[in-house]
Amino acid sequence: MIRLVTDDLRPPGDPPKRHLLSVGDLTRDDVGRLLGTARTFENSLERHVKKLPTLKGHLIVNVFYESSTRTSSSFELAAKRLSADTLTVKSVGSSVDKGESLKDTALTLGAYDPDVIVIRHPQIGAPQLVARVTDAHVVNAGDGKHQHPTQALLDLYTLREEFGRLEGLHVAIVGDVLHSRVARSLLQAFALVGIRATLVGPPALLPRELPAETTADIEAIRDADVVYVLRMQSERMEAGANFVPSLREYTARWGITPERLRPGQKVMHPGPMNRGIEIDPQVADSPDSLITRQVRSGLVVRMAVLYDVLTGGPVGVKALTAVEVPDAVA
Amino acid sequence: MLWRKELPDADLVIRGARVLDPTEGIDARLDVRIDGGTIAEVAERVDANGHRVVEADGLVLAPAFVDPHVHLRTPGREDEETVASGTAAAASGGYCAILAMPNTDPIVDSAATLGALVESARAEAEVPVGFLAAITRGQRGEELTEMGELAETGAVAFSDDGMPVSSAGLMRRALQYASITDRPLALHCEEPTLSHGGHVHEGRVAAELGFAGYPSVAESVAVERDLSLAGYESGRVHVLHLSAAESVDALRRAREAGVAASGEATPHHLVLTDDAVRSLDPNVKMNPPLRAEQDRVALLEAVRDGAIEAIATDHAPHAAHEKEVPFEAAPFGVTGLETAFASLYTHLVEPGELSLETLLERMSAGPARIFGLDRPRVAKGARANLVLLDLEREWTVGEQPFRSRSGNSWLLGSTLKGAVRMTLADGAVAFE
Repeated sequence: MIRLVTDDLRPPGDPPKRHLLSVGDLTRDDVGRLLGTARTFENSLERHVKKLPTLKGHLIVNVFYESSTRTSSSFELAAKRLSADTLTVKSVGSSVDKGESLKDTALTLGAYDPDVIVIRHPQIGAPQLVARVTDAHVVNAGDGKHQHPTQALLDLYTLREEFGRLEGLHVAIVGDVLHSRVARSLLQAFALVGIRATLVGPPALLPRELPAETTADIEAIRDADVVYVLRMQSERMEAGANFVPSLREYTARWGITPERLRPGQKVMHPGPMNRGIEIDPQVADSPDSLITRQVRSGLVVRMAVLYDVLTGGPVGVKALTAVEVPDAVA
Repeated sequence: MLWRKELPDADLVIRGARVLDPTEGIDARLDVRIDGGTIAEVAERVDANGHRVVEADGLVLAPAFVDPHVHLRTPGREDEETVASGTAAAASGGYCAILAMPNTDPIVDSAATLGALVESARAEAEVPVGFLAAITRGQRGEELTEMGELAETGAVAFSDDGMPVSSAGLMRRALQYASITDRPLALHCEEPTLSHGGHVHEGRVAAELGFAGYPSVAESVAVERDLSLAGYESGRVHVLHLSAAESVDALRRAREAGVAASGEATPHHLVLTDDAVRSLDPNVKMNPPLRAEQDRVALLEAVRDGAIEAIATDHAPHAAHEKEVPFEAAPFGVTGLETAFASLYTHLVEPGELSLETLLERMSAGPARIFGLDRPRVAKGARANLVLLDLEREWTVGEQPFRSRSGNSWLLGSTLKGAVRMTLADGAVAFE
């Protein structure tokens, strides 16, 4: 997970910073370590006092240039559960409203010496820019249509908890792959751990150059262990772009309904859902839906990511036992 | 059609260089004497005649370069480039003539704006510079400019570069009217409904990184259309910054069919592919975008066999703060005047992909021929338009400050082989 940023503006001789910018920067071992750490944190959350002293004295800054409920709340809660100080900046109501550039916002926040900057931004490469101009460890919480690495990790975690394994699973990813950073991150993560992926959706929303099986035929989801439903991103669909003729037509052909699923076939969704468009409410609420499990996984996986970038791993479960004992009270 | 400030004519002897002029068929170790800015003698041994002698053992003396595609950002963005800074950059890159594009603010679409530029060139240009004027008023693609008056004021050619002429009907009218001026139309070929919103070549890299794609076909359908129209109207067209293999095919077919069409390729399209975009570095973002290896190979093949007659930098300066942003927010364009020769010598000539002779021809005689400029040459009686090259010298891009006001080079930090020692432009020493 160590990634050397080229064009580094930090003084020469400083050790390279650990960032999580893209799933592409991770090895299979990194993934195994992170999921193991997340499992340990999950155990700790079952205790009466859920706060750990692990990152006491560290400052974690969350910068969100896009609206987000689960990602921003889970990063904030993850930091708090680890006793870090947190500061959350949203673009609305900040200097960004006054036209401040990302570089200047990053330099400003960097002046507080944060240990980690978690950033979500609508443009590809924004986290890389922040990593170049600040001294902080940078965690990408979603950059444009590019990457959302913690989402991919929490999905792997959810799958492993459900199936007890990852290798050999088959996941059908359905919907708007073109505009989905989740799909891109998942494809890289699946390749790392040996999960087979099939992409299903309208032709104009399936980039043909992606390294995966692609088909417009919704019947293709039948063989999969899991159907991963993507959000139909209407806010990214400009009027007149004609990726699909209408949402109604989309739902009729690619919406995930109880009839299209095998009994017991699991369903995932990164949220937020458009109930009645890409996913039938009955599917979302069924016992085979892993959707709320994904949210819970998000918390422990983000705790693991913050811990990992700051402590420099590799860290086994054993090393963590010490910090599991809460020596501070919330 | 070219202007520069007053500079003293050179009296000079360049001694012992390998003189290489592919068009004149010269490749020999010779001395060259320049009297009053004009080449007076080319021989194995010439007398100094009291002139200053430049010892050029081990160096190459060639016709200086001509860049048919430069953005001088003046008027409007003098913080990014001026006539003085852009022509100084050109001189240090070995150029004896450059042509500037009209997509400034205001657009060069009237004799008044063009006349003011000519005056600035007379006052401050370090090397001769010529100007293209717009095809349509404000480059809005709606009404033709007054091409007759613009040609009389000095426009070398017409172009809406930066913007395509979207309407086929208007393109036809432009071809018809431009014929009275005997000037070519230099075409930015892009079908906007296909490229719309695209930042990088539509291919595997865009798919993996999540960028909206700008497909090759967005260029090639426009090239096909414009070449068909040029054939129908017997017009003269020059296709700017070719990037896609399909466009090169279209150009070849049109030329074989007798259409008066030429084309150019940039150093970055000849050296890089869209793989470079994985760095997310805004300095590899340009329009048209870097494409696939098969496209690069097709461009290179066309440069080799002459289907593409010119290498052009598409030098596009941008302010640092405009490029220090996430890739998608960055403007299109990279600089190139100061690195063109060295980048192509290092990445194409040294590995054996292109001969030095062909490179020199496509950077000098080729573009001069297309735009009707005097061909720089090593011959008695010709004005001295010469470049002295040190092919052994290695240097790192960005270590010395750029002469351009902008530093958005795709080569920042890379080490290149081949350096310009001296440039003579229209008889004067423009750089040394």
